[in-house]
Amino acid sequence: MSPPGTLKKGEVDLGTSIMAVSFGSGVIVGADSRTSTGSYIANRVSDKLTPVHDYVYCCRSGSAADTQAISDIVRTQLGNHAVELGRAPAVKTAAKLFQRYCYEYKDRLMAGIICAGFDPVEGGTVYSIPLGGAMIKQPFAIGGSGSTYIYAYCDANYRENMTRDEAHTFVKKALAHAMARDGSSGGVIRTAIIDENGVERFFTPGNELPFTLQ
Amino acid sequence: MATVSQTLACAASGADVSAGRSAADPHKHTTSPIVTGTSVVALKYKDGVMMAADTLGSYGSLSRFTDLRRIVTTGGYTLVGADGDYSDFQYVQDILKELEVEDACVADGITHSPKEIWCCMARILYHRRSKMNPLWNNLVIAGFHEGEAFLGTTDKIGTSYECDFVATGMGLHMAMPILRRHWKPNMSESEARELLESCMRTLFYRDCRTINKITFASATKKGPSVDEPVEVSTEWSYQSFVDPKAGSDTGGSW
Amino acid sequence: MLPVEWSGEEWTGLDGAPGIVYDLGCNIYSPDGRVFQIEYAAKAVENSGALIGLKCKDGVIIGAEKLMPSRLLMESSGRRVHPVGMHAGIAFTGYAADGRPVVNAARQEVENYHDYYGVDMPPHTLAERLGHYFHAYTTYGGYRPFGLTTMVTSFDEVTQEPFLHMIDPSGTQFRFHGAAAGKSKQAAKTEIEKLNLKALTCAEALKRISLIIHTIREEEKDKPFVLEAGWITADTDWKFQLVPKNLRDEAFEWGKAEFDKMDDDDDDDED
Repeated sequence: MSPPGTLKKGEVDLGTSIMAVSFGSGVIVGADSRTSTGSYIANRVSDKLTPVHDYVYCCRSGSAADTQAISDIVRTQLGNHAVELGRAPAVKTAAKLFQRYCYEYKDRLMAGIICAGFDPVEGGTVYSIPLGGAMIKQPFAIGGSGSTYIYAYCDANYRENMTRDEAHTFVKKALAHAMARDGSSGGVIRTAIIDENGVERFFTPGNELPFTLQ
Repeated sequence: MATVSQTLACAASGADVSAGRSAADPHKHTTSPIVTGTSVVALKYKDGVMMAADTLGSYGSLSRFTDLRRIVTTGGYTLVGADGDYSDFQYVQDILKELEVEDACVADGITHSPKEIWCCMARILYHRRSKMNPLWNNLVIAGFHEGEAFLGTTDKIGTSYECDFVATGMGLHMAMPILRRHWKPNMSESEARELLESCMRTLFYRDCRTINKITFASATKKGPSVDEPVEVSTEWSYQSFVDPKAGSDTGGSW
Repeated sequence: MLPVEWSGEEWTGLDGAPGIVYDLGCNIYSPDGRVFQIEYAAKAVENSGALIGLKCKDGVIIGAEKLMPSRLLMESSGRRVHPVGMHAGIAFTGYAADGRPVVNAARQEVENYHDYYGVDMPPHTLAERLGHYFHAYTTYGGYRPFGLTTMVTSFDEVTQEPFLHMIDPSGTQFRFHGAAAGKSKQAAKTEIEKLNLKALTCAEALKRISLIIHTIREEEKDKPFVLEAGWITADTDWKFQLVPKNLRDEAFEWGKAEFDKMDDDDDDDED
């Protein structure tokens, strides 16, 4: 086994830019679409926004295999939980399930997950579950290798109480900047807006990004 | 995220890191902390115990999370503060929560005393280090119970002791000297607060893993409570700071 | 030796009554579709003190009549009402020793659920899980059903509503506005139906429960009992709480006095 938190030789990496922002009545999740093995782009249109329930999504970063396995398990468990519950599960519950696996198996996984969604009690909610398996509620979260390049952009441009459209623009601009400077991020921007009405997915093609290096 | 020690561990076992180790290699539990909090500082004073910690969750040198609460109340009397890995501290909080529920179920109005919680924490941390899988935290346990202040600490391998004042991590280097010089028994609340602020200010000046957003907490006969984060005042305008450093003798680089 | 005989044609009980062989375990039905052991367990409940649960205006309260068979017993021992989590409590009547594993099972379920899902176990799930636990004991060979009727009160943090559930020895569980179990439960139900639960507060209900218990315990009038109760109300911040002794004592005395008054009136009528 390779040391914890490192990829095995040839392992597929989601060298990534992911993001989630809560606005008053919902959340927006967003991601780039690049999946790479080393410096070869294995998939230029991958989908890193993964539903785990009707109103709860996760954004995946790290090992593609690890994060797929974890989100599959969480989706199954959350589905069973919702049946027993008889109503939509809390976003907190989804995050707690992610944390369970990320924390319990921290020394075998490389998974940085943002779990975000809508529930009737808390409204739009964002949780970050970074490498060690902490679970941290945030007004907005960024993750993946590309996120390091946009901390300043996000700190400067994030505002509380953004409208849905403002938040959407914020997500797309931030991701475009991350994708521009991070060699492991790129492709298209996929976003999803989750509120009480459900999920609406959006697609920004790679040649219509709000920012590219000149 | 291969740390030096992990890489060395792999090299020592004769395995090729890049190719991955074989299944027969021993499983290594011990990881390094990922999201980390820095120093916790606490002291006894006339009315009980006071504690402080900032709200930063560092991710390596990245100031990633800016609103982590690292001091919590538990039971009817106790504060628990933690530095080190935040996910491990969340696990500790789950254990504390379960203790609280167990106490509530007995329904005799008795909850664990600060000393009992300190002892329990030390046992848990020592147990985990004995499994070669330590919880990566220093804990500070403070409380006020039956008219008496309690202050104790335990490190990640379960070494534990009681004391009149304590600091963890970088605080051991920079807050302890201040505390040793200025702490005295039966300080008033404002004296205690001033001393803690002085410690946190020095740590903010001199520890790379801090932000100036600090939670103060206290445990007195009124019970334990944690305040919302505040800023401590800082001073950057000493004349010697303001003056240009360049001089013919030094060249001004320091 | 089994208490049955082979008559040459069929198994009979020692008293010669046919069919009694069907009650030796709960893994066999009688020809008319009954599982006698469950009915016997229900009998154990009917021989035990009253249990009354009310869903009121501001919360849910459960009161229990704890019979004290000896004056030497400590008043606080043999509790019938138990917290099983911050937001949930259960009370039982029947075969008291059976109550312990049920309380432990409930606590385990509540704790594990919170640990796993990060939210409080909702009331219907707690009732369901306990129902399953009860039901399991009616299906396995070598087990007997619990001689208990259990009331569960817990708070739903999502809908912000407290609930009252009751589980019988068969494991069936339902939601109630008001429920009664134990000795004279019919009489208790009649009394409950007279109450206006939508207007009643838990504090008032405590007294009502005391009065009902005093009213229905006709032939046992002289056997001492302790009024035990637990509630989840707005005043307890929707946490489960055992009702403090001073309130219970007050309610006890009030119920006793009211009942004596009614009793005297009845006597007057007879004169």
